[in-house]
This record gives sequence, structure tokens and C-alpha cells, in this order.
Amino acid sequence: MTNSNEPDIVAFCCHYTAYACSQDLRNLPRLGFPENVRLEILPCSGRISIIRLLKAFEQGADGIYVAGCKDDTCHNIRGSRVAKKRVDYAKDVFDQLNIEPERIEMFMISREPNRGFIEVAKEMTMRIKKLGPSPLKGK
Amino acid sequence: MSSASNLKKVLTSGQFAVTAELGPPKNADAEVIRAKAKLLSGCADAVNITDCQTAIVRMSSIAASVVLMQEGLEPITQMTCRDRNRIAIQSDLLGAAALGLKNLLCLTGDHQKFGNHPNSTGVFDMDSIQLLQMVRMMRDEKVFQCGEEIKGKEPNFLLGAAANPFADPFEFRALRLAKKIAAGAQFIQTQIVYNIDKFAAWMKAVRDLGLHKKCYILAGVTPPKSIGMARYMKDNVPGLDIPDNVIARLQGAKDAKKDVQEEGINICVDIINKVKEIEGVAGVHIMAIEWESAIPEITKRAGLLPRPR
Amino acid sequence: MIVGQRKPIQEIFEMLKGIKKILILGCGGCVTVCSAGGEKEVEILASILRINSKKTGEPVETKEKTLARQCDMEYLEELKDEVDKYDAVLSMACGVGVNFMADIYPKTIILPALNTSFMGVSDEQGVWSERCAGCGNCVLDKTGGLCPVARCSKRLFNGPCGGSQNGKCEINADIACVWQLIYDRLKGLNQLEKLQEIFPMKDWSSSLHGGPRKIVREDLKL
Repeated sequence: MTNSNEPDIVAFCCHYTAYACSQDLRNLPRLGFPENVRLEILPCSGRISIIRLLKAFEQGADGIYVAGCKDDTCHNIRGSRVAKKRVDYAKDVFDQLNIEPERIEMFMISREPNRGFIEVAKEMTMRIKKLGPSPLKGK
Repeated sequence: MSSASNLKKVLTSGQFAVTAELGPPKNADAEVIRAKAKLLSGCADAVNITDCQTAIVRMSSIAASVVLMQEGLEPITQMTCRDRNRIAIQSDLLGAAALGLKNLLCLTGDHQKFGNHPNSTGVFDMDSIQLLQMVRMMRDEKVFQCGEEIKGKEPNFLLGAAANPFADPFEFRALRLAKKIAAGAQFIQTQIVYNIDKFAAWMKAVRDLGLHKKCYILAGVTPPKSIGMARYMKDNVPGLDIPDNVIARLQGAKDAKKDVQEEGINICVDIINKVKEIEGVAGVHIMAIEWESAIPEITKRAGLLPRPR
Repeated sequence: MIVGQRKPIQEIFEMLKGIKKILILGCGGCVTVCSAGGEKEVEILASILRINSKKTGEPVETKEKTLARQCDMEYLEELKDEVDKYDAVLSMACGVGVNFMADIYPKTIILPALNTSFMGVSDEQGVWSERCAGCGNCVLDKTGGLCPVARCSKRLFNGPCGGSQNGKCEINADIACVWQLIYDRLKGLNQLEKLQEIFPMKDWSSSLHGGPRKIVREDLKL
């Protein structure tokens, strides 16, 4: 499915950010959304659980991110703030495992129509490319 | 045949008493105490020997008190509740009395977290009020804490305690002092006084309860050695109240290119003169932390010399 | 409830050196309530162990299970047929559960994944604090219901000490001075005279200081 030179990235995105730049998610590749990013839509980023983040990594992702609404605009008031805390927890787990905490990230994006959703996918792809494949691969 | 405590003699005579303080060394060298004793000779009626103050390991108060006594000064031995249980405290006090020590300041003690061994247990088998009660019973009723009779010579100490006019809750502080006196405190040394107004307010509450007649209250004073020290005490030491004008005075001296330490001594002397005027104050307790050499000058300028023999 | 926290990950790895087949055992009691060792936390710890295994290349096999409680024989007995299939059991229960498992399964290596700390409450989501020290001789009727043994840093009975400032304990501004709280409470209840009595020295023999404790209820024994 993905080019073997491109990192495998899993993105957990809230419904609102995912639809911020397109009414139809099938339009995303045409809008420049990287193909190597696998999208998982959540009703709210606050629904992300730590185990889901860890399991994504366990199952082969080179990088993971969560995209939620900008702090003061979350539809569920605190959802993206909660998501950020869980991402920080996972970052700390990575750190304690001597895995780069940068492989997991939280992005807060505007819900207004904007290209932020595409940009963070590209940013994360570049970041993970620099870090290289997951240390769990090839073992 | 042991003679009575000199401090007791001065206090009961109604003369304004002076006590000083000495920190034992962080080593096994008795010479350190002897050197400090020479500085303090003739300036005070008795000298406190602290007991691992701020939970930093130092030579024990009892041992250092004996050295001081050998130098001809009268010690006030300190005992905290942090490091010893009731068995050890009673045992140490029997020894202290046998060695001729006559004055005992009973304290709860600074928490071990403040010191150089924060990982140790904190014993706190009792608090300072229960400690006072226990020692008073040993002395007056001739019983150990468990109720067993002390057969033969019982320990005999003039009992003291500390009081903090600047701690919270303010309205309870005088009542707590009443408890200490009921438990057996015969003299009190207060936390360092810089805020005269607050100290005076506390003394009024103390007088309203008649406590100044039941025990001798010595106001704690300390000469600020530098602006840094004054600021440190203001910001970091719990239970201290240092008004801005103290720091301003020191800063003023520095700006006028005068000797800041001189000003520190003058601030201390001014406070001594002010507390002398407050009814119920029976003396001062001068704590010149790592500056014992200032005490002869302070006592001289405050007109407290010579001390009664 | 009993409150604890999972040990640092590296410390757990140290304990697990050379151990390949691990049962990660959660507890549905207190440690679930304080989010330290329940089913969710078992899942997370198992994933962490597997991630580390993949990373280091050292094979590890994890099995996840959570018992209703680990302080009752009837639940620990559920493991009797499988416990020797593992090299070790990594218990996410409090120290009570770890001990009990070790008592019951003497041939199995039982390891503690948690540091158990205190008996306390949930102040708010994500924050727990100590309330009871289990001294065995409760005096809360005399202190307005607030415990000087568990909540005073120096265990004073005639507090507060001279370090109490603005209602805070001198050792840490995050800790309330319980004697200020006791004073305020008794004042509000018009019971301040309780503080004028000298509290006598505590009999510590009913606490940890008297040796490991046991309570026997003859009326309940079969």
C-alpha cells in the first residue's frame, strides 16, 4: 500500500479537524494529504486512549499523531486537552523506553476550513523520515 | 552537691536576662566549641547548644554542653522529638543530669526533610508539649513516662520551650503557649523578632492570659549579617517575619558605603532596646548565627554588660 | 482506598531480567479506582513490555489477567492451575496483594509492579492524598475528624508547630497544615476548648510500631 521509503504513520483525528478542509475524505489525496498516513477518525480526539497509541506503535507504525481542535474551540470543550495529556503520557513512556518521544505528537488544529490538517500530516512525515524507521522494525 | 542553674538565679531575681546560642560542629572537634565559648564568655547568663538544628547532623547537644560547661559557661541543652523515642530521651536526660547539665529546652524539632539526611525516619514519638510534661514528671514526681518510680537521684532541669509569635493561626499562639506552661515550661525563647508590632500584639495576648507571670519570656533577636541573609530569612525560613524596613536599612547603609555589618548590629541593638520596653519581656535570646563574635558588641551597646555573677 | 503508582518502567525491566513468560495480573479493587493497576493499566504495561521486547530483541511472552481483588483467597485461587505456566507473575495489586500471592504460591516468582503508598482519598480527578495512617487507635473525635497522625508531618498531638504559615506545612507548601484545619473546624463547631487540654503521649503499640498486626473475630470464624 505505501511506498517502502515512506514512513508508516497513524493519525488519530477528530471528526471536526478531519472535515475541516474537505467535505469528503476521499478528496484528501487530491488535496495533498500524504498517502503514507493512515487516518483513524474519532468522534473527538479526547476519545483516544493510551493503549491505542501504544498498540499502533507495537503494530508497526513509525510515527503516530493525534489531531484535535485548538484548545478553546473543542466541540466537547476539553477533548483536545485530554488528548494532549494522553499523548504526553505516551511520550513519557517512549522516553523511558529510550525511544524518541518525537515519534508521537499532538497537533491542535483550527476547525475552520484550512489546510492545517494537510500540513501537520506532511510535517509529521518529514519528521519521521528524519528519525528513520521505528526501532521495533527489523527485529 | 550541685548548685542551682545560673539562668534560674538571674530570671528569678527579676534582672533582664541574656541568653546566647551556639551551634556545635559538624565534626568530632571539641576545640570548635572552646573557641566559640571564649567569644561568648561574660556576655550571657546561659548559652543554648542546638540539637541537630534544621536536621543537619552535628555533635550532640548534650556532649557539646558538657564541653561548654568545662569552659566555665552555663549551657542550655536542647532536646528535640525528631530523633529519639521516649526511651532514648529519658536515658539521655539521666545522663545529662548526671554530667551536671541544668537547663533544658524542649523542642519538637525541624523536620528531617530540611537537613542533610532527608531519607531518615522522623521519630516524633511525642511532641514538645508532651516532652515538657514527661521531664517535669521525672523531676517533680520522680517517675518515668511509663509510671515506674525513679529510685535514687532524679534529673533536675530548668525547663524551657520555644514560641513563635509569628506563626499561624495567630489567635491560637498565646493559647498554645499556655499549654506549654501548663506542661512545665518555666522559660520561653521566642522566634527571631524583627516585626516589633506583631511581637507586641502577641505579648498583649500573652499578658491577657497572665502567662508572663507564670513563665519568663525571652525575646529572640538576631543581627542580620548581610542584605542577602536578611532576604534569605525573609523568603525561605518558615516562621520568620522580616519587615521591609530592615532590608531597607541595610540597603541604605550599603548605598551610603557604610559597613553593612555595623548596621546589622545596630538593628539588633535597636530591637533589644524596644523589646525591653514591652511589659512581660524578661530578657533576650541572642542568636548570632555563625557570627558569635558580634555578641560581645551587641550586649555592650545594648547596655546589657556586665552580666550578674 | 489504598493508593499507589506504577513503578518507573526501567525499574520493572530490572526486575524482569531473564524472565520470558510473564503474567501481568491486575486487581479490580483500590488500584483500579486510583488508575494504577486495573485492567486498563495491565493492558498498557503489557504493551510496554512487548514494545521493549521488540526493541531489544529479547523475547517476552505476556499474558494479561485481572482478578476482582488480590486480597482474598477465593480470587487468587482462580490461578492455581495456571500459575506455574509462567516464569513470574508481575502483580499490579497493592503490596497487600503481592504479599498474599507470595504467601499462597510459594513456588512462583511474584514481582510488584506498583509502589504502594497510602490510605487516602481522591481529591479530584488525577489527585489522591493521604488521610489515614492505620494507627490502630482512632482519636478523630478529639480533632474534629481530621487526623494528626496521617496529616501532620511531625505527628503532633498538640499542634500546630511554629512552622505553620498561612495554613501550610513548613515542609511543603502543597501540604495543608492539618492543625490549622483542626483549629478552624473546632472553632466552627464551638469546640475550641478541646485544644486547651494537653493531649497525652500516644500509645504507638497499636500501630506498625507494635509489630505486624492481626485482627481475629471469633464471632465470624467458621
